[in-house]
Amino acid sequence: MSAAIHISGLRKEYPTPGGGTVIALAGLDLDIASGELFGLLGPNGAGKSTTIGILTTRIRPTAGSAVVAGADVRRSSVAVRQRIGVVPQRANPDLSLTALENLVFHAGYFGIPRVAATARAHTLMGTLGIADKMRARVGELSGGQQQRLMIARALIHEPRVIFLDEPTVGLDPQARLGLWEILRSLHADGRTIVMTTHYMEEADQLCDRLAIIDHGALLALDTPVALKARVPGGGTLDELFISLTGRELD
Amino acid sequence: MRRDVRVLRRELPFFLLRTVMQPLLFIVVFGYMLPRMGFVRGEYTTALLPGVIAVSLTLSAVQSVALPMVQDFGHTKEIEDRLLAPIPIPLVAVEKMVMGVLQGIIAALVVLPAGRLIMGPIAGLTLGHAGTALAVTILGAATFSAIGLWLGSAIGATQIGLMFSIIVAPMIFFGCAYYPWRGLDPIPIAKYAVLVNPLVYVAEGMRAVLTPEMPHMPLAAVVGALVLLLAGFSALAIRSFLRRAIG
Repeated sequence: MSAAIHISGLRKEYPTPGGGTVIALAGLDLDIASGELFGLLGPNGAGKSTTIGILTTRIRPTAGSAVVAGADVRRSSVAVRQRIGVVPQRANPDLSLTALENLVFHAGYFGIPRVAATARAHTLMGTLGIADKMRARVGELSGGQQQRLMIARALIHEPRVIFLDEPTVGLDPQARLGLWEILRSLHADGRTIVMTTHYMEEADQLCDRLAIIDHGALLALDTPVALKARVPGGGTLDELFISLTGRELD
Repeated sequence: MRRDVRVLRRELPFFLLRTVMQPLLFIVVFGYMLPRMGFVRGEYTTALLPGVIAVSLTLSAVQSVALPMVQDFGHTKEIEDRLLAPIPIPLVAVEKMVMGVLQGIIAALVVLPAGRLIMGPIAGLTLGHAGTALAVTILGAATFSAIGLWLGSAIGATQIGLMFSIIVAPMIFFGCAYYPWRGLDPIPIAKYAVLVNPLVYVAEGMRAVLTPEMPHMPLAAVVGALVLLLAGFSALAIRSFLRRAIG
């Protein structure tokens, strides 16, 4: 399969008030295949969100390169944004609009005519189980429903690659399982999906391959089965993480 | 843009209440009550109306950009969907400024007839330079939209109240809105010190086009100053916006 994402020597440093620098990414190399459901696994502060931020053009890398769906994030950021959909860590719908308007206006930013956008929005909201909330102001939606709306928003322009940053944080167990089903169905459609998570079980259940990162560096990269096989006598991803870093994930 | 127009249309009554209430109250007290009570001379209304229009259009422009921006970048992150749109990020900032200009024009169009109705006949008021008046309105609103964008993207949500206390309030009172700039002739220090205040040029520009027979700053000086201020604040605003939008 061709690479949907190619990351080479990706580095991000942030200046600190004291004049020093904090290294968020320390030269990451990664290839993600087209149609893959790929997980970035690591603790808070590992560099997962920074990676997603760079790949979605919201953060400028200090060094290195990243190509997403054939476009360079630095040189062709507009083309990258045309080809990706993003589900943020915390739902950020447009509170001044209804749920349907959120989708239709977002589609408009991508040049999709209103009639076509409305039809797509109806279909997506039906698929995601929020059709009855179409005319509701988004403030009236529950956390899980808002997260589904964010998924619909990320999909409305039919992107080639979908990024989800900790999509199940803050969701109750039922909503989390519901979201897993949605992701499995998107994956079955052949979409490339990149998600970050710090839930081992989620990564294990959903992802084709996983990159375990910590302190901005890649510690391990493989399928969940192969990663677990690295633990002597077989084990869990938690045990693997402890053996790699000497500490627990959460 | 269509999104912002939809939101503005939906929230128009609140927008009007927020932006024109204070100027209209000022008109009622200083333009209607005090002249009738004999505390100010009738011709004060000639100096007051253009100034109040200037305050309305500049305040609405600055508020309509700065307040949502503080919220967007701070708590709600609502602007994220536009930052993920396949357009150059500076265009998102420019669109915000265009909406600020539109709201400034609406405020001016509401306050002008309302002020005239409340104050009664105003000596020297003319609409003979409507085209120039619109140009000064657009230039003034654009300048203050840029200031709003700069403040909104440079300051945090917790400092927004402070911004109005220490920047906007002095700007209004020392902006030659409630008195003409030439009226400061007896106080030369004040007359030249207030020239750093962008509102002075909008207020004097309004006097130049609406009450041209009254003493006012030359229109060329007004336009020149506003063009320079617009360029300067736009550059500052877009740089500040980009710094907030891209990590």
